Amino acid sequence: MADEALFLLLHNEMVSGVYKSAEQGEVENGRCITKLENMGFRVGQGLIERKNTVLLLVDLFRFTKDTARFKDELDIMKFICKDFWTTVFKKQIDNLRTNHQGIYVLQDNKFRLLTQMSAGKQYLEHASKVNFR
Amino acid sequence: MSRQANRGTESKKMSSELFTLTYGALVTQLCKDYENDEDVNKQLDKMGYNIGVRLIEDFLARSNVGKCHDFRETADVIAKVAFKMYLGITPSITNWSPAGDEFSLIMENNPLVDFVELPDSHSSLIYSNLLCGVLRGALEMVQMAVEAKFVQDALKGDGVTEIRMRFIRRIEDNLPVGEE
Repeated sequence: MADEALFLLLHNEMVSGVYKSAEQGEVENGRCITKLENMGFRVGQGLIERKNTVLLLVDLFRFTKDTARFKDELDIMKFICKDFWTTVFKKQIDNLRTNHQGIYVLQDNKFRLLTQMSAGKQYLEHASKVNFR
Repeated sequence: MSRQANRGTESKKMSSELFTLTYGALVTQLCKDYENDEDVNKQLDKMGYNIGVRLIEDFLARSNVGKCHDFRETADVIAKVAFKMYLGITPSITNWSPAGDEFSLIMENNPLVDFVELPDSHSSLIYSNLLCGVLRGALEMVQMAVEAKFVQDALKGDGVTEIRMRFIRRIEDNLPVGEE
């Protein structure tokens, strides 16, 4: 059981570490975001794999049977907004909007990774990319 | 009732996996960025240090532990309160040096290395080196200069994971902490 504070601090370190290493090389902004996204992608994949394994063993949850079969995109988005977001950020997404043409906007009014940061614009752009892509 | 409890343990379990997976992604990325394992080890230690100097504040705020009077008390607090609070494990304290300034933290299982295997190409990588940095940074903020290093690592085939902690000196001056 890792504590939330530890995870938040690790996350902050990762973001600043990636950007510090970028300052030394000649890497532009976009590359750093890609690095963070890639890390997040890997973590997301791992989480879903683990979650499926856990769910198959525990039969109490109503969506256990349906996990392997998402019926459509909307099902996937609902899963992300409710279950996935709850397990990673301990709350649900506050607002989900779509244009019904493949674009979805997820709105979280109290994003856990940023609540302890002052309103510096730099971090707002970058920190949100990690771990939920 | 039981459904509630299960959901609770599952989300706690998930957040430990989230931490483990995130740490794994970090180490993997560092191995790509830096050519050799020594640099990765140094970087992990640096990052751990930065985490430690902030973590100690959170720890002191939440644990209500008073000032430690000697290194033995410090060791107890680290193993029984801090590790339990942040990683959910309680390492045991052994191998005190005769002078009482060195001890070992023995972890039967290390949550950072769940599902992790070390490939042969990275045999000198100290995977959990972040922990050493965290311990060093946190203790420096309470006026103790210490050295922490791994002497046994379950990832490398040892039975347990052992961190050796050595007290260097008490820090008297209140120098401002620079960012590393």
